[in-house]
Amino acid sequence: MKILVPVKRVVDYNIKPRVKADGSGVETAGVKMSMNPFDEIAVEEAVRLREKGAASEVVVVSVGVQQAQDTLRTALAMGADRAILVLSDESPEPLAVAKVLKKLVDKEEPSLVILGKQAIDDDMNATGQMLAGFLGWGQGTFASKVELAEGRARVSREVDGGTEEVSLSLPAIITADLRLNEPRYASLPNIMKAKKKPLETLQAADLGVDMTPRLTVVSVAEPTERKAGIKLDSVAELVEKLRNEAKVI
Amino acid sequence: MTALVLLDHEGGQIRKAALSAVAAATKLGDVHVLVTGDAAVVLAAVSIAGVSKVLHAADARYAHDLAEPLAALVASLAGGYDHIVAAAGAFGKNVLPRTAALLDVQPIPDVISIESADTFVRPIYAGNALATVRSSDAKKLLTIRSAAFDPAPAKGGSATVETLPGVDSPEVSRFEGVQLSTSDRPELESARVVVSGGRGMQSEEKFHTLDPLADVLGAALGASRAAVDSGFVPNECQVGQTGKIVAPDLYMAFGISGAIQHLAGMKDSRVIVAVNKDPDAPIFQVADYGVVGDLFEIVPQLVNALKK
Repeated sequence: MKILVPVKRVVDYNIKPRVKADGSGVETAGVKMSMNPFDEIAVEEAVRLREKGAASEVVVVSVGVQQAQDTLRTALAMGADRAILVLSDESPEPLAVAKVLKKLVDKEEPSLVILGKQAIDDDMNATGQMLAGFLGWGQGTFASKVELAEGRARVSREVDGGTEEVSLSLPAIITADLRLNEPRYASLPNIMKAKKKPLETLQAADLGVDMTPRLTVVSVAEPTERKAGIKLDSVAELVEKLRNEAKVI
Repeated sequence: MTALVLLDHEGGQIRKAALSAVAAATKLGDVHVLVTGDAAVVLAAVSIAGVSKVLHAADARYAHDLAEPLAALVASLAGGYDHIVAAAGAFGKNVLPRTAALLDVQPIPDVISIESADTFVRPIYAGNALATVRSSDAKKLLTIRSAAFDPAPAKGGSATVETLPGVDSPEVSRFEGVQLSTSDRPELESARVVVSGGRGMQSEEKFHTLDPLADVLGAALGASRAAVDSGFVPNECQVGQTGKIVAPDLYMAFGISGAIQHLAGMKDSRVIVAVNKDPDAPIFQVADYGVVGDLFEIVPQLVNALKK
């Protein structure tokens, strides 16, 4: 069985994002870019399923600019077998991405699509659910555990008050939460090997998907900064301040 | 204009976050709410201030809020509404985007401000930027950050009730069970005081150092992602970009360094207290009151002082 894993190129997790001076967005030029951390977890899960013999092939796909091929190479170095890059504008919306992925699913016919639960740039948390909606497949979102057996996926989901278990008939969509696994680092030999793995490039327009955004960004602004307060020398002083100055206790 | 709010509930209780979603929806027009399963919740929902109609999806297929049948139901109701709204929790984030796909709409998650019927403010990059976006979709599907809207009063309304028939959808998912953490403490997202621990708590056992403090303050217990990753506490305690977003009157951070992704979950708290042995920890840059020192000495002192 085949697993499809969509991955996104985002501003690196460790970089503090800066709002552009003209308020049109967040600066990405000259900023270190990496694979969305949740997508790394998704790639890891797919590769582990293949290593266990539960899957035969892991195909990674990214929808975005040409440089997203670096992100795909990282996924290949982690163990994915081949990659597809669908070229589009810099930041397509989840709706458009899900439509592109639907086209690829129709063509590739995977039994499982594993995605990160959200991208750390737009924080949308939507693509997996939308793809599941387009396909009419079951969705195991915010997964902390996945078990495949007898044509079904049993998924433990992180919900507000605890953990929920659902069973999905395959094919199905899974979105990865933090605790699903700890992604591996790609070794140097695997990074070298990844350069030779197949990477196919397509145009979003050729897939017949309308990529026009539905949301217009009116402005992007810095949030009001919280000012640092004061350091206190004793617990007594802290309690006094909380009681009489802040009046919160 | 009329908005439909998906009212999530747990253990027969309407979530406070869902009441915040109702409050947000009242800014958009007349408000109907959709309640799945539990008839007791319907009885509570008719009294919510600002709600004119309660739609009850009583069919057994909706009992566990599985996204697949529920999104099909909501999409079938969408014709009557301009806005479909849910709280930005695990329930809303599971169901609403799937519904949006069925309606060919780009959803707008984590709304913190409603500027007009089509323009909304939402945080991006873990709250490091605020984007104002205008939707060109005919219908708007929103999830609402509960910390940004005071909950609608639970009393004062007198809504009518309409029971909905089930809508056909393929049976691709099955509910197998749920393990909810049992706690006498208040819900993290609606608590007035939150006591939180980070990697500095050192172990699962030592994390309990915070229990007496949470007891004396009547506080919810939270944690940083580092503490969750280290296995000190379960994930549902996580505060941050990828966990819960809280804005209590008082947030007390112990042994939390203050990573960007944690600050994203708590920086709108009214008063922040930080206790950390590292005087340069970034958490002090957002804290109103900081104490540099060993939390294992400070917490017991704090408990004693508060008991006086």
